[in-house]
Amino acid sequence: MSGTSGTSGTSGTSGGAFLGMPSFPEAAAVSTQDRQLRANLSHATRTIREKRARAVAELADWAELRAAGKAIKDHTLRHLDHYLLQLEAAVTTAGGTVHWAADAAEANRIVADLVLATGEREVVKVKSMATQEIGLNEALAAEGITAYETDLAELIVQLGDDRPSHILVPAIHRNRREIREIFAERMADWGRPAPEGLTDSPAQLAEAARLHLREKFLRAKVAVSGANFMVAETGTLVVVESEGNGRMCLTLPQTLISVVGIEKVVPSWRDLEVFLQTLPRSSTAERMNPYTSLWTGTSDGDGPSAFHLVLLDNGRTTALADQVGRQALRCIRCSACLNVCPVYERAGGHAYGSVYPGPIGAILTPQLRGTASEIDASLPYASSLCGACYEVCPVAIDIPEVLVHLRERVAGQGGHRLERAAVKAAGFVLDHPGVLAAGERAAAKARRLLPRRLPGPGGAWTDSRDLPDLPTEPFRDWWQKNRPQQDS
Amino acid sequence: MRAALFATCVNDAVYPSTAIATVRLLERLGVEVDFPPGQTCCGQPQFNTGYRRETEPMVRRMARAFEGYEYVVAPSGSCAAMVRDNYPRIGAMAQAERRGGELAEAAGSLAPRMYELTEFLTDVLGVEDVGAYFPHSVTYHPSCHGLRLLGLGDRPLRLLRAVQGLELTELPGAEECCGFGGTFAVKNPAVSTAMGDDKVRSALGTGARVLCGGDNSCLMHLGGLLHRQSAPLRPLHIAEILAATRDEPWQGEARSEATRPDRPARPGSAA
Repeated sequence: MSGTSGTSGTSGTSGGAFLGMPSFPEAAAVSTQDRQLRANLSHATRTIREKRARAVAELADWAELRAAGKAIKDHTLRHLDHYLLQLEAAVTTAGGTVHWAADAAEANRIVADLVLATGEREVVKVKSMATQEIGLNEALAAEGITAYETDLAELIVQLGDDRPSHILVPAIHRNRREIREIFAERMADWGRPAPEGLTDSPAQLAEAARLHLREKFLRAKVAVSGANFMVAETGTLVVVESEGNGRMCLTLPQTLISVVGIEKVVPSWRDLEVFLQTLPRSSTAERMNPYTSLWTGTSDGDGPSAFHLVLLDNGRTTALADQVGRQALRCIRCSACLNVCPVYERAGGHAYGSVYPGPIGAILTPQLRGTASEIDASLPYASSLCGACYEVCPVAIDIPEVLVHLRERVAGQGGHRLERAAVKAAGFVLDHPGVLAAGERAAAKARRLLPRRLPGPGGAWTDSRDLPDLPTEPFRDWWQKNRPQQDS
Repeated sequence: MRAALFATCVNDAVYPSTAIATVRLLERLGVEVDFPPGQTCCGQPQFNTGYRRETEPMVRRMARAFEGYEYVVAPSGSCAAMVRDNYPRIGAMAQAERRGGELAEAAGSLAPRMYELTEFLTDVLGVEDVGAYFPHSVTYHPSCHGLRLLGLGDRPLRLLRAVQGLELTELPGAEECCGFGGTFAVKNPAVSTAMGDDKVRSALGTGARVLCGGDNSCLMHLGGLLHRQSAPLRPLHIAEILAATRDEPWQGEARSEATRPDRPARPGSAA
């Protein structure tokens, strides 16, 4: 089965596979009832949330680091054309080749052609959001190339024919009992089987993954990665990870292909220093990142002899043109916003119908993919606007502000005629206090007649919640009776 | 000192007792309270649902209604935050769209004069002990917009701690959203209810009789869940606790208990 399992096994992670997803409310109506999922997510997010809070509190200059990160990203995005050209020149000088991809199809084509040109039909992958965004694994499979995920959590997702549900911890929705089952049942289809008598102890699970992956690392001639940062002044790429599996992929194969969103460039090493402080503490609550791999082009006899950088737009320049929405491009994919989000914690990552779930996904996905589909149009509303995401964001993305901005875009398109009419009607009443008061009095008089359960859209409230008892009179009538001397 | 009351539409129409309590409390503390009748709604539901242009008349109406008042006091962190945080944003957007600076001026003139009730008490009046008496056990839920947009911090708790007879118990996970979120409550009812259920469970776990908050919209959501479960916990706005004294104690407990037997959990209600 190994020959074809590469094709079927990764279909779930395709960018295209999310098309036709139910809207967020529909998906969440199902996922919120999944007790196992709720328990897994609640435990995991609460643990990491508290650890992050402690790690951040240790730094006296956190607010300054956050402001600096925001300023660096804003400056870079303002001069993105300049820094991308500087980066291209530096990468080329260092022996790499730079490719420009306007969209997912173009990026996939470039990568597939580069792999095919090596004569190889297998690649090992470093955990990468950009390649998931473009559905690279499926595109490679269509060309007869099998992509092996080597990040532990991505491996769990790939073996389980599953989809990632978190930016940093793609298998956060799984507990170790489920992971043991996936390893025991599926590893043999993809390579070295799981050891006999595998238990669900973390050490045994890690050892099973290590043995399974070691085989891939030693065999692979081509690796595909993303990057957390690209330093324009030297053409250096940076991958920040905590397993060492990424470093195996970045150093052992002969050919390295990196697919990176254009917003990942930073001007200088001095700028990088800020993010190497804020990213680990925000994401894994670590003071210093365990494996930080940096490479500049190619070096004779050391690491890959061929290096290709595919610079990916795929909707980013459209987002950049939006004065409110562009701040989403500051994101460094730490996932602190996911871990703190009460909506994410209860709905789970899959409900967002995108490789970018949670609060950042709710503002990034509709900007990268547009708001035409049902799922994409529902994402800006997948938030109670509580603001916890903005509070923890290490680059100060005002996610609630962008959510409301994107709601305006969605409300302006088709399918919101009834809502718009209701808003207009309410607008008239609210601009005529006399009419409002008459309505309040009528409601107060009819208070005993109010039904327990509302029909139609009102049922969304009364299915789980009772309505409040209405008062005998509105406040403004009390005021007129009790403070008559003070106003007309 | 003179201050205008911004009652908010929810309090005007559904919770007049909160607005009345705010008037009595402020008057007891020597403030001359006005209620400019031109006020209606701050426009937050419209704005947060994506109808920014439809919100603009609300901004103008609010600015006109409260013109000339040095202090405008609202018993709602969310509505106060709408004026303070979003009004300038709405004005700036109109200006950026080359529709003149009139809206930005109106928004900018009102925003800095808008106070949430507890910050008006602690920061402007400089009081923490408002002379209240409330012999009940209370737990406090800080609503998100007051907490994060206004930065109310421990102001409400300081006020509650100074209330005679009041037994304050800490709410675990207090800073987590209750799941109301305006139209979120009906656009995403499953998640909203799941969040509310968790909040209600935490609140019930404190053993308190009263769940206090500074935003009646959040309390309407939590109260709706509690009432459906016939749970022995009464949501109550902080203004009504602070307004209660030995001479004029809070009347709500008797009333709510009298009405409870009439409204048992209905068939098919959540278990």
